[in-house]
Amino acid sequence: MSEPRLHGNDLTLAYDERVISRELSVSIPDGSFTVIVGPNACGKSTLLRALARMLKPLAGAVHLDGQLITQYSTKEAARRLGLLPQSSIAPEGITVADLVSRGRYPHQKLFRQWSTADTEAVAEAMTSTGITDLRHRRVDELSGGQRQRVWLAMVLAQQTPILLLDEPTTFLDIAHQIEVLDLCHDLHVSHGRTLVAVLHDLNHACRYATHLIAMRDGEIVAEGAPADVVDEAMVRDVFGLACRIIDDPETGTPLVIPAAKQPVVTTA
Amino acid sequence: MTAPAAAGRTRRIAVEPTGLSPTAYVLRGPGELSVRFDRRIVLTCSLLVAVLIAVFLTSLAVGDFTIAPGDVVRTLFGNPPDPLADFIVNGRRLPRVLVAFLVGGALGASGAVFQSLSRNPLGSPDVIGFTSGASAGAVFVILVTGGSMAQVAGGAVAGGVATAIAVYLLAYKRGGQGFRLILVGIAAGAMLTSAVHYMLMRAELIQAASAQVWLTGSLNTRAWDHVIAVGIGVALVVPMLFVLSRPMRLIEMGDEAATGLGVSAERTRLGMLIAATVLAAIAVAAAGPVSFIALSAPHLARRLTGASGAAVGAAALMGAVLLGGSDLVAQWVLPTPMPVGVVTVCVGGVYLVWLLAREGRRNHV
Repeated sequence: MSEPRLHGNDLTLAYDERVISRELSVSIPDGSFTVIVGPNACGKSTLLRALARMLKPLAGAVHLDGQLITQYSTKEAARRLGLLPQSSIAPEGITVADLVSRGRYPHQKLFRQWSTADTEAVAEAMTSTGITDLRHRRVDELSGGQRQRVWLAMVLAQQTPILLLDEPTTFLDIAHQIEVLDLCHDLHVSHGRTLVAVLHDLNHACRYATHLIAMRDGEIVAEGAPADVVDEAMVRDVFGLACRIIDDPETGTPLVIPAAKQPVVTTA
Repeated sequence: MTAPAAAGRTRRIAVEPTGLSPTAYVLRGPGELSVRFDRRIVLTCSLLVAVLIAVFLTSLAVGDFTIAPGDVVRTLFGNPPDPLADFIVNGRRLPRVLVAFLVGGALGASGAVFQSLSRNPLGSPDVIGFTSGASAGAVFVILVTGGSMAQVAGGAVAGGVATAIAVYLLAYKRGGQGFRLILVGIAAGAMLTSAVHYMLMRAELIQAASAQVWLTGSLNTRAWDHVIAVGIGVALVVPMLFVLSRPMRLIEMGDEAATGLGVSAERTRLGMLIAATVLAAIAVAAAGPVSFIALSAPHLARRLTGASGAAVGAAALMGAVLLGGSDLVAQWVLPTPMPVGVVTVCVGGVYLVWLLAREGRRNHV
């Protein structure tokens, strides 16, 4: 099998002097919905940021489509790989359609600022996120769930084959979390895009991921299909949580039930 | 979407709505050429140009020797009613009003870029320490060398640019530059202002007085060599601003979002800093540290255009209107002629108080 479009080799990742991960290698299977999970501060967002070229590795390299990701111009990389950051700032007073249209930037030039392809991509992104009716509303007037869909639409309008999402469900209530994840699922299934998301909720990860990467202390401790990877030992090992695993009555995927009133088992 | 279906390529140049907002349009030309514009911004700029023309003609007509508007226009087109009118209009008043427009425009554009760069409505060359650095440089030259006007301008530019570089390097750290830039700028500005005061305290009275006049900001005795110098400087920066205007808007969403969309955040920020600093340097070299134009022009422009993010062109026009109008007031409305800086401080101060009071009220509701 040929090598996947996006992979990192022997990455050493650090913020200033503080090293998060050493010699970390990771491959994102093409066409997968990969979810990275792990306890707080395990380095999952750091890994995603490195894959998205937001963080320069101290050592090792990220490859995209057979080349070092740093060899692409920023704009060329942005035509291949999109990122939904954890937090972005909506400019004051900007309308929904205008914000979504900014996703077209990597496809535009100084004197080619708006093409019919741009119009179509923006319309399609707004349709698939269900925000077409909101298009003339101001982003700062929207609810958190609506706003997250607008940001997602902006990244969709970018029309990249690979999409990286850094905790797309934070700050959302349970219904909106599911809504956003269902949307990701649709994108993955019907548009054939490769998705990589950092998620906090292990049960969401089990339900939606086709490929799960579990991290602890900057290392990947398990990876594979959720049904193959998630068991009681793995949850205890990664999260330090005693639990039982049952089949999700809706989907048949693993469902983590934390044990009641038991002392937390520390890892060896 | 209100965009009409592509009606074929019958016309080479066409204006179409983009459907992104009721006022968003795109101008299409031959091939793939397309330029986006907002109808409301275009209307606002047209209005500002009209006001600018009115200020321009008034400035040329009004004075100790009043010239009828018709004669002003005739004189401008090389057909003066008498040699005196030619001397007064083309030799004295025209260069002064042109310097006022260019300096005001430079300050307005500089302020808009600084506000976008720092993601803060208070970001301006005044707040970020540039103006204090320029003042310290100019006062040092005036007091130590007694320098000519060109030397003072050079001292101001050197002081301002050195301060801008120092502030940028001190504030430079991974992420979060906007707020750090302002804090470091305020600290540097405070130290430099105290240095200026120290130098003024130690100076001879006459030198201190001439330094004080420079520190207020004035357009007195500005002539054609000023117009040419400032004009060339501004003409060099305008294309840079045009190229930066699109990535600049994306930087306002945060570095990660901008990088994800293909903007090189660090390079764009450096370009913005250079453009805004050069504009502020041109302005301060030509007219001294005229305050508040850079702060208030972008605000007023945004209020009129309703734009999200910096509208650099509108801010520049607004700055030109403000400084040109203020100079008219300073020369002919006040009982005695004053340096224009006195008027801009008053106008800008009142505006800032009004703005803060309004923001305060809004935050309480």
